[in-house]
This record gives sequence, structure tokens and C-alpha cells, in this order.
Amino acid sequence: MTENSGLPTPTPATMLETEPFWEAAAEGRMVLPRCNDCEHVIWYPRLFCPECGSTDVSYVDASGTGTVYSFTVVEKGQGRWRDHSPYVLAYVELDEGPRMMTNIVGVDPDAVTVGAPVQAVYEPGNDGGAVIRFTLR
Amino acid sequence: MPISGAAHIAGVYEHPGRHLPDVTVPQIHAAVAAGALADAGLNFDDVDAYYCAGDAPGFGGLSMADYLGLNCREIDSTETGGSSYLVHARHAAASIAAGHIDVALITLAGKPRTGGRGPGGSMASAAPESSFESLFGLNVIAGYALAAQRHMHEFGTTSEQLAEIKVAASTHAQHNPNAFLSNPVTIEEVVESPMIARPLHRLDACVITDGGGAIVVVSAETAAKLERQTCPILGTGVGIETTNRGRIDLTRTGAVVSGPAAFAEAGLTPADIDYVSIYDSFTITVLITLEDLGFCAKGEGGGFVSDGALQAGGALPFNTDGGGLCNNHPANRGGMTKVIEAVRQLRGEAHAEVQVADCELALAHGTGGSLATRMGSATLILGRGN
Ligand SMILES: [Zn+2]
Repeated sequence: MTENSGLPTPTPATMLETEPFWEAAAEGRMVLPRCNDCEHVIWYPRLFCPECGSTDVSYVDASGTGTVYSFTVVEKGQGRWRDHSPYVLAYVELDEGPRMMTNIVGVDPDAVTVGAPVQAVYEPGNDGGAVIRFTLR
Repeated sequence: MPISGAAHIAGVYEHPGRHLPDVTVPQIHAAVAAGALADAGLNFDDVDAYYCAGDAPGFGGLSMADYLGLNCREIDSTETGGSSYLVHARHAAASIAAGHIDVALITLAGKPRTGGRGPGGSMASAAPESSFESLFGLNVIAGYALAAQRHMHEFGTTSEQLAEIKVAASTHAQHNPNAFLSNPVTIEEVVESPMIARPLHRLDACVITDGGGAIVVVSAETAAKLERQTCPILGTGVGIETTNRGRIDLTRTGAVVSGPAAFAEAGLTPADIDYVSIYDSFTITVLITLEDLGFCAKGEGGGFVSDGALQAGGALPFNTDGGGLCNNHPANRGGMTKVIEAVRQLRGEAHAEVQVADCELALAHGTGGSLATRMGSATLILGRGN
């Protein structure tokens, strides 16, 4: 887990309403926005609840664990990803409910299956930020 | 049809701020949406149509519809500068008069004062989801591969079944002298072609071609005066699919809304249709769309397309021009050619080897955006006319 995947780690474009998510990621933690009215855990991060329409939303600590909802082994990546092929692009269903796009790293791509349990890893970029990827647990 | 009196403005809201350095443009759209709905005594779940213009960040209206968690059966991002919102109101009134929609939401937001300086302003025009999908090597075919993998997991769909779709298209394309790829291929050739993003192969993908097309639509009165056979539009439908409030369902498209709407308007069912043009950016696009349009049950698409069902002479002939998979996908937008081949079939002007005998009813379906993620679906049901 200390080994970085070496995948491209561009600087995430942050907005005011998503800064807590990225600040936590840079510290090696995951937080998720949660609606204070209906308790819906929101993805992608925003200060608006798409479930009930509330704007009373707070960031809360997340487990950082989940399962693979779907994945693809990209054999021929494009642009800067070409040299990193094959790599695993996936949707992970977090224990809190949301399904987030990510990569599965640190494993043989052939070992990845739908439903496999995963946990978050935090891969630092060049500027102090970090990208959240997942590895099999 | 008359729209006078059919639609009323029920709620309005003007944001009180004039200097908003600490909120984002999407937040302002959400705030004014909530304000106008509250003014009308409605909530977001009442909204079934969304209208915005170029001030809305992201991909047309889809990004903000996704942000707001809307379930829409109409979406319109007509851009005419400052008059856009009046145009939207007119479109909404017409759609309401026609019975397509019930509650239309129109939003406007921007930060010309602080957008260039505030920390939220530099990203004012970026799609709000972009940082959560752009960091992981996503490309077009990989997005469709994610959907195919999930469909295989849930329903046991196989690569060979997906290959049947390409085989049918190629069987038709051999009769089209203009087809980009005119050679018939086998199931084995498809599944043995290079893997691009598992489980999709090179031959699961459409062609990339220059070109274009056009359609002329006229009134029934004008049509009656023409010599040429004209095909009445019997049913229409529009739907969108979003990431579903953070619980994306990769096995579902906007056709679950557009298909039933089109059939209901036409007073028809899938069993009545003689020929279909189905948007075919990838093989999986066709399979999921056929399910969502109701030609088979969800999850049964793999069995449905097997044994040559989509080939001329099969149970449901599709894309008899060779489709986007083999014939043409001009400008990477395949909707136009879908309608054109449907009209050829209804006029009896498809190639003799692929012409559906006595073709009276045809369906054409278009898909835009990213399958099952942020996408727009549209369905037309056409009659033969005279
Ligand atoms: Zn809520």
C-alpha cells in the first residue's frame, strides 16, 4: 500500500464545495458529503442533496472500503495512459452506498472481479494533492 | 396544436446576491431552482423537464440535471444568448400542451463579477463531476466496457452474444456499396479481434467516418400535397439517464423512458414493429437499448440477439445499411443515419437483399453522451404513409 501504482496522478480540479474531499484525500483520509435532512450519502461530492433537494450537507468520515461494482482492464489506453496499459478502471460501491469511479491498483488485473472487496489507497501527486484509488483487501 | 392557456408560470425566484465570491455556479443554479420550486409549492421530484443554456456548466443540460438529481423526460439546452430562457419557456409550454411533460424547470446562473478572481470562479465553466471521473484513464470505449462487464455479471451475457450484433451489421453492410466496412465477419473473428477494454474488442466498436445526413420534416397538410411517399411520425420519446444520485446503474439507459413514451404516443407495442434502427456505437449499446425499449425483458438481450435474430429475415431486422458498426458513423454521431435507413425500409428502398417484406412500422433510436452515465436517448416510431 505504500507502493505507488505509478499511474498518472493529475492535479484534481477542486471547487469550493469539494475542497473538504480533496483536503482529506491529501491527508490519507476519505470524507463524503452527507445530507443532514435525509441522511443520503452523496456522490459525486457536492453541497446539494440530489435525493431530497436539501442544501444542508456536511462532510463526514467514510470507511474507505467497498466492493467492485464493475471494472474494465484497459488494454489500449489513450494519451498519457497509453504507456500505463493495461490498467484497471472501475466503479467501486462504497460501504456507505455511493458508486465511485476509480482505479484498482497493486494487483494483477486478472485478479479483479465484480464484487471483490476493496479498500482505498491515497496516491500523492506533485502538488500536495492526492488521488483515491483502491486495492483488493 | 394550440398551447395558449395550456401552460402557466407557477413559480419564480430571483437570487438576492449580486456579488457571490464564495459559491460556485452549480450552487447558484441549485439555489434558484429550489427557490422557484418553493415559490410554486413544488419540489425537485415534481420536475420532469429541465431547460438551461450555455451558462450552465458541463455537457449541455446533462451535467446540471445530474447535479440536481432530476428525473427528466425532456431536456433542452437551446442557446440563443439572453433570450434563451424565453425560448425555453415557449418550448416548455408546447411540450406541456402536447402532454409530454408536466413540470418544467428553467435555470440561469453565472459569476461575471467574481468568476475571474474568486477561488470558485476559475472552474466556473467546468462540469461539476469532472474531477471525479477524469483522473482514472476513462476513455469512450472503457466507459462502455464498464457497462458491458456489469451486464455480463448480472445477466450472464457473453462476448459471443455481443458479437452476434456485429455479425448482423456486417452481413447487411456487404450489400451497401458505400459501407466503410463491407466484409462479413463471424462471431469468432469478433471475439478474436484485439481486446481494447475488456470485455470489448476492436470489432465491438463502430467505425469512424466523415460524412453527414439530413431529414426534412413537413406538416401532414404539406405532405399530402407531395408526390413522394412520406412517413408519418407516429410516436416520439426522450429520456435521460444520469449517475442516479450517486448509485449509477450501468445496465440502464434513457430508453427506459423514451421507448415507452414513443410506443404510448403511437398506440403501438414492440411486437408491432417490423424494422428497427438502433444506435450502435458499440455492440453493448444495441443490446441494452433493445432491452430498454421493451423488445425483450431486462437481462434477456443476449439470448434475444442470438441465432441471427437481428439479420434481415430474422425476428427483428436491424440496421440494414450496416449501421454505425460497419457502414457509417459521421461526426461520431449516429442518430441521423438511423432515421434515414428506417425511412428507406418504409419506402421499400433498402437493398433488395435486406428489404423487410411489407415494412409498415419502423423504430429509430438515438443515443448521446456516455452510456448509462449522463446520456440522452430519443426514440421515433415511423409509419409507412403513402
Ligand atoms: Zn437529502
